Amino acid sequence: MKPLALIGRTVMAALATIGRIALFGVEAISHMLRPPFYGREFLSALLNIGWLSLPVVGLTAVFTGGALALQIYAGGSRFNAEAVVPQIVAVGMVRELGPVLVGLMIAARVTSSIAAEIATMKVTEQIDALVTLSTHPMKYLTVPRVLAAVLVVPLLVGVGDIIGVFGGYAVATGTLGFNPAGYIRNTVNFLEPLDIISSLTKGAVFGFAAALMGCFHGMNSGRGAMGVGRATKSAVEGAAILILAANFVLTGVFFTL
Amino acid sequence: MIEMKGIQKSFGSNHVLRGLNLSIPKGTSMVIIGGSGTGKSIALKCILGLVKQDSGSITVDGKDAGTGDRDAFLARFGMLFQGGALFDSLPVWQNVAFRLLRGSLKRPREEAREIAIEKLRRVGLKSDVADRFPAELSGGMAKRVGLARAIAAEPEIIFFDEPTTGLDPIMSGVINELIREIVVEMGATAMTITHDMTSVRAIADNIAMLHDGVIQWTGPVSQMDNSGNPYLDQFIQGKADGPIEAVR
Repeated sequence: MKPLALIGRTVMAALATIGRIALFGVEAISHMLRPPFYGREFLSALLNIGWLSLPVVGLTAVFTGGALALQIYAGGSRFNAEAVVPQIVAVGMVRELGPVLVGLMIAARVTSSIAAEIATMKVTEQIDALVTLSTHPMKYLTVPRVLAAVLVVPLLVGVGDIIGVFGGYAVATGTLGFNPAGYIRNTVNFLEPLDIISSLTKGAVFGFAAALMGCFHGMNSGRGAMGVGRATKSAVEGAAILILAANFVLTGVFFTL
Repeated sequence: MIEMKGIQKSFGSNHVLRGLNLSIPKGTSMVIIGGSGTGKSIALKCILGLVKQDSGSITVDGKDAGTGDRDAFLARFGMLFQGGALFDSLPVWQNVAFRLLRGSLKRPREEAREIAIEKLRRVGLKSDVADRFPAELSGGMAKRVGLARAIAAEPEIIFFDEPTTGLDPIMSGVINELIREIVVEMGATAMTITHDMTSVRAIADNIAMLHDGVIQWTGPVSQMDNSGNPYLDQFIQGKADGPIEAVR
C-alpha cells in the first residue's frame, strides 16, 4: 500500500505544480494586456536575454552546423547520398536543431539567471518591498522578462539557424569539397517558408517557457541559499523539459498533422 | 488609528498568531517586542496584506485594510525592512525615489532625483551615495538608504522591521535617533518591531509585548519597568527563568 501511496502523492504533487505553472502563465499573460507597463525593465530584459545571449547561441550553432555536415556526409556516403549535405543541414538546423539548441541554451543561461535573481529578491524581502511600494511583482518582474523572451528568442533562433547553416557550409566547402555557390543554391532552394515559420514559432514558445519557468520558480523559492539553489535547479529542469515537450508537439502540429 | 482584532495566523500546525488584539493611535509610535519567531513580523505583514490572516479584522482609520483601492492604501505606508531590501539592480537614488518614478505618485525624473538626494541628506548620507549601487554600501548605510526610501513619499504610517539588527551600538543609536526625529517631524504613525531594548526606549511612545500569539501587555513606555507583567519583566531583564521558555 505504501508504494502506491507514494506514487499517488508524487503524481498529485506533479499535477498540482503543473496547475500552478499554468495559472501563473495565465496571470502573466493577463498582466501583459493591462497597464502599467515598465518600459525600462522590458528594455533591460531585451538586452539581457537577446543581445547578451548572442555569443553562446552563435558558438553553439556554428559547431552544431559543422558537426551535422560531417555526420550527414559520413552517413550519406554509406548509400552514395553525400550530395544531400546542404539540404539536410538546412532542414535539420532550421526545423529542429536551431530552435531546440537555442531554447536549451536560453534555459541554461537565462532561466537560471532569472530564477536566481528573483529567488534572491524573494529571500531578501525585495519582493515584499516592491509590494509595499505599490508595484505588482508580476508586472515589474515577470511581464517584462516573459515578453522580452517571447519577442527576442525567435530572433536568436533565426540568427542561430543562419550561423548553423554557415557552420555546415564552412565545413562542407572547406573540408568536404563542396562547391560554395552550389551549396548556397541547394540550401536556399530546399528550404520552404513553413520551415522558417515553424522555427520562429518554436523560438517564441521556447522563449515563453524559459522565462516563465525562471519567474515561477524564482517567485516560489524557499528560504535561504538552499532555497535559491533549488529554485534555480528546478527552473532549468522545468524549462528544458517544457521546451523539449513543446518541440515534440509543435513538430507534430507543423509537419505531420 | 490602526486596529487589529482577533488576528489568527497559522502555518501548517504552527499557530503563530492566536487572536492578536492591538490598537495604534494616530501619530504615536508603537513598538512591538517579543522573542524571535513569536510572529511580530507576521503581524506587521498582515496589516500590509503581504500575509493574509486566517481570521480577524484589521482596520486603518476605520476602513478595512483588505478592501478598497490597494494602491491608495499602500501609498499611505512606508516600510524599512530588516535587511534594507534595497533593489540590487538600481542605484541608490532610484531605490529611494522608487515610488516617485512610477505609479500614482510619479514625478519627473530630475525632480524625483532631487527628492531622493534630499531624503538621503535627511538620513545623514552625502549626495555622492546617490549613484552607488546597494552592494557598495555598508550595513549602516543600507539601513539609512532603506529609511530614506521609507520616508521618500512622506507616508502617514511607517513600519520599521528590526531597524537596528546587525548594526554596532553606535550606528544603532544613530538609526534610533533618526527614526524618532523623523516620526516626530512628519507626525507619522509608527510601528516598530524589535527585540533591542535600547531601541524600545529611544523610539516608543507605547509598547506591546507579544508572546504565544497574543499581546501579553501593552501600555506607555514609561510604565514598562513597573508593569508587573511577568512576560515583560522577564523579557526586559533578559532572564532565563520565567514564563517564557528559554530553549538551552
